Amino acid sequence: MPNRYAYYPGCSLEKNARAYHISTLYVAEKLGVALEEVPDWNCCGATEYFAIAALPAYALVARNLALAQGMDWNGGQRHLVAPCSACFLNLSKTDHYMADSPQLAAQVNEALAAGGLHYDPGAVFVHHLLDVIVDDVGYEKVQEMVTKPLFGLRVAPYYGCLVTRPDYKHIHNEPEHPFCLDDLLAALGATVIDYPVKTACCGGHMTQISEDTALELIRRLLKAAADYRADAIVALCPMCQLNLDGYQAQVNKHFGTDYHIPILYFTQVMGLAFGATPEEIGIGKEFVDARPVLNKIQEKPPEEGKKRRKKRRDKQALPMPELLRTHTGRK
Amino acid sequence: MPKNTDFEPVILGFLCNWCSYRAADLAGTARIHYAPNMRPIRVMCSGRVDPQFVLKALREGADGVLIAGCHPGECHYVNGNIKTLRRFLLLRKMLEQLGLEPQRVQLVWASASEGKQLAEAVNRMTEEIRALGPLRWPEFLARETTSEATMEAA
Amino acid sequence: MQHKPQEKPRIGVYICHCGTNIAGTVDVEEVARWAGELEGVVVARDYKFMCSSLGQDLIENDIKEKKLNRIVVAACSPLMHEKTFRGACQKAGLNPYFFEMANIREHDAWATDDKTAATFKAKALVEGAVNRVKFHMPLEPIPVDINPNTLVVGGGIAGITAALELANAGYHVYLVERSPSIGGHMAQLDKTFPTLDCSACILTPKMVDVGQHENITLLAYSEVEAVEGYLGNFTITVRKKARHVNEDLCTGCGICIEKCPRKVIDTEFEAGLGYRKVIYRPFPQAVPKYPVIDTENCTFFQRGKCRACQIFCPTKAIDFDQEDELITFQVGNIIIATGYDLFDARRIPQYGYGRLANVFTSLEFERMVNAAGPTGGRIVLRDGVTEPRSVAIIHCVGSRDKNYHEYCSKICCMYSLKFAHLVRERLPDAEVYNFYIDIRAPGKGYEEFYHRVLHEGAHLIRGRVAEVTDAAREPGEEGKLIVQVEDTLIGKQRRIPVDMVILSAGIEARKDSKEVAQLFKMGCDFDGFFVERHPKLDPVATMTEGVFIAGCAQGPKDIPDTVAQGAAAAARVAGLIHQGTVLMEPVRAYIHEDLCSGCRICNNLCPYNAIVFHEDRQKSEVITALCQGCGTCVAACPSGVISGAHFTNDQIFAQIEGVLWDVRAKATAPS
Repeated sequence: MPNRYAYYPGCSLEKNARAYHISTLYVAEKLGVALEEVPDWNCCGATEYFAIAALPAYALVARNLALAQGMDWNGGQRHLVAPCSACFLNLSKTDHYMADSPQLAAQVNEALAAGGLHYDPGAVFVHHLLDVIVDDVGYEKVQEMVTKPLFGLRVAPYYGCLVTRPDYKHIHNEPEHPFCLDDLLAALGATVIDYPVKTACCGGHMTQISEDTALELIRRLLKAAADYRADAIVALCPMCQLNLDGYQAQVNKHFGTDYHIPILYFTQVMGLAFGATPEEIGIGKEFVDARPVLNKIQEKPPEEGKKRRKKRRDKQALPMPELLRTHTGRK
Repeated sequence: MPKNTDFEPVILGFLCNWCSYRAADLAGTARIHYAPNMRPIRVMCSGRVDPQFVLKALREGADGVLIAGCHPGECHYVNGNIKTLRRFLLLRKMLEQLGLEPQRVQLVWASASEGKQLAEAVNRMTEEIRALGPLRWPEFLARETTSEATMEAA
Repeated sequence: MQHKPQEKPRIGVYICHCGTNIAGTVDVEEVARWAGELEGVVVARDYKFMCSSLGQDLIENDIKEKKLNRIVVAACSPLMHEKTFRGACQKAGLNPYFFEMANIREHDAWATDDKTAATFKAKALVEGAVNRVKFHMPLEPIPVDINPNTLVVGGGIAGITAALELANAGYHVYLVERSPSIGGHMAQLDKTFPTLDCSACILTPKMVDVGQHENITLLAYSEVEAVEGYLGNFTITVRKKARHVNEDLCTGCGICIEKCPRKVIDTEFEAGLGYRKVIYRPFPQAVPKYPVIDTENCTFFQRGKCRACQIFCPTKAIDFDQEDELITFQVGNIIIATGYDLFDARRIPQYGYGRLANVFTSLEFERMVNAAGPTGGRIVLRDGVTEPRSVAIIHCVGSRDKNYHEYCSKICCMYSLKFAHLVRERLPDAEVYNFYIDIRAPGKGYEEFYHRVLHEGAHLIRGRVAEVTDAAREPGEEGKLIVQVEDTLIGKQRRIPVDMVILSAGIEARKDSKEVAQLFKMGCDFDGFFVERHPKLDPVATMTEGVFIAGCAQGPKDIPDTVAQGAAAAARVAGLIHQGTVLMEPVRAYIHEDLCSGCRICNNLCPYNAIVFHEDRQKSEVITALCQGCGTCVAACPSGVISGAHFTNDQIFAQIEGVLWDVRAKATAPS
């Protein structure tokens, strides 16, 4: 594990996703991940700016990369971590395309030069927070820190659309249907459901453009979680959390449904398993209150095997193929 | 000359008939493009590579020598490549004592299906030697012989 | 120490265009012009196709008219055409070893698109060859007798065909099969496209023929462990795994199987869809008929109790103490027909195999639809009862996909259409959807079969499936599997709810194909398929003399192509056996005895123990018949008195100088 990461919180974590910010800091401290905030960082341009004016958008993002590059690294490899999926994508996209196109890199650097900055493509390795925890910290270290396992809590792992795709650095084996968050949550003792829409879209900013479209997208995510009897959806991105949490009541009104599924950040769920009080990791700030769900956490692991053994194998049924990897287990 | 301005390293490659020569054939058949700096010579086994061949190549002006054979345990002649490895380690030690950078003489394993790996090795070695600069043994030798001749004359 | 060439060389140099393969990148005319100025070169030409008969005539005429005594051809890899040009030299009366080839295609023209650099490299390679050939010596090939026995590895339809062809021609065959019975994948299939012949009905008679043939030694449940030697004289060691059934006593009555109390999922023959006993025959018509004990699951082997099979066996054939047996025999040729593995559909999690119960693989469906399979031929969902009212068949699973295999598996379109037909035949009310990228039906009667299936009412939807999900959006989707796809013919996203999904998984190379290639010293491509000597003109030979390939081990193909290759490989082998002797490369080491100091350094280096030391004269000697020509001893001799024919120090030193002509010239020029 690198001994230090530049930390890019992004605008959301300053305000509506405050809970993500404080739980990230809590978990990072527990796991010995040293985060140092990029000085004077600015907005990543979110999802819209690239569609409006590409070059200024790249320059906007590259300013953050340049700032990260300029931090004191003692000659070591520079690592940048972003907890927000959109920030992560924009930062890694900018790095990727600047490396891909020397022309773009030259133009962006011309813009940066106005502020006395410069970015060399490839100088900073951009990570999503999930990847740091899965790849650099590892499941074993996470499991060591678990003091209050989440036995009996049924969670839906929700990756959203931006973390595993387009996967510029080819770190995901299964970008269309990933399992790394599943494995992480299983390491915390939770029961992880096979969430079929794990990489589907949360609606993004469609809530501001076409509410009907957004509500339908959100409904699908809530419905699949409810169908699989999930107690909570675990998200990796402030946008996903906001849409699923903040618009849940509106979905219920619009479709006549009655969903009450709290949406937690994965760092909050980790914090719970590490023994944090709900307040320490920002639980209670969400619209759909997560606290009632936490009562489901049991002292002992649910004995799934027992039930199955009692029910004799259905003589007529055909055997199921074994999973290549058990997504409820660890690697 | 390929490019007059920049330094283009000249690498002599000794490829064994059964694995690495076929790997190079496969790289070509698969149209994998790699640095044209390596000039291959076919030998039946990397075990045929007499250390004299390497010295000869450097003396004749090569900037580096690549020896490529089958992976250990996969030699067409049981274990010729293991003998190559032993010889290679000794040779490199000697060359280091002569002040030669270790990157200039390399031993790689490439099976007949590893066209890509061989091409990558050639690319990597070309870049490493490009960074080191030309070796110029023949020039030095010529100069030394002349200076010796002058000394003798004096 | 470098010698002078023995006679005044008169060299002919020929630069091949290979159409545009070489000429497109290398300036062949310039290389020829430049080569013409090299010392000793009498004539240098460039020509469109040197390997054509006109190209060869060119060499032959020049040898005769211009009294050439050395020939250099700069063209493709010597592994491709060295033999061709040596033949041309021989026809013109020149010893074929006065020939040298420069590889300016694979190693040059195809490896770069920098024309200047390629032309420059070509010159270096040509000068290397010109310098080298001056030192060539006349050599005579070594005749080798061909052992008339043949090893066939793999008892699928390719291996069965090859074995029967040779055995019927009167030659003895050792057929080695890894699993307990021959038959291969073909034995698992229900019907074969496009004729809908019952697969077992056409295969089992051939299996019986193999089992009964007096010229075939069948070694089932066995694996080749070691291969030594070369064309004509291979020594093969086979591990015959313990069946724990004495084949001399067993009558194949099957009582042991009946009495065995333990059932496990059969992941091999039944593709995981059914169960088998722990003592089992893969299928009733298995050849040989003897059962085998699966020791990993056997109660006796695991816990020391049970013995049911032993107690009930009427001929006392169960032998718990049986051990693996190593069998060694000699063959002259080898045919590798090790077949393929089915692509593991679990590698594409978005298609749900292993997660969603009613997603099946093509092989599972073959077993399901087979009257002898786990459901007795009924098409049902995973619960074993419910008949699907709608079935989706997804083509190209793992094929034509850069994330998995870029190649087309060739058979999936046709078997998917066959599935569509079979579903419609068994369940006339069921809707069938085939999701395809392109329909590839190139074969006799194939296109007609495609039309037949269309007329039968299967829905063909053109588009690669994005995912198979159980996340319903609309009430009509509840409880169904939904296939999400872009229908590229109408340009719209579609969601098609179905009860059952079949994944038409592609063909991939056997997991251990790289090790097998190593064992038999063959080439193996990126995907793991064995490499043929020539993709068009020599598809069943390999670069290794005496080793042939057939069937899907070489690449995806259907049954007719596989059978054709099996027979072709057999014909190639029969030809060699009929010849009786073949000529081998005279690349051998030789010790100049009068110069040998008797240091014995070379003695231990030889992996073939081909070097003997004569105590009386204190000299070493190479036994030519044992020497394989690797040259390791040549490189090690401190006195330099071992010469490796056709790879002598003189030849290689000369080649080094030639290849480095430009840097040498630079060094000697005043800077």
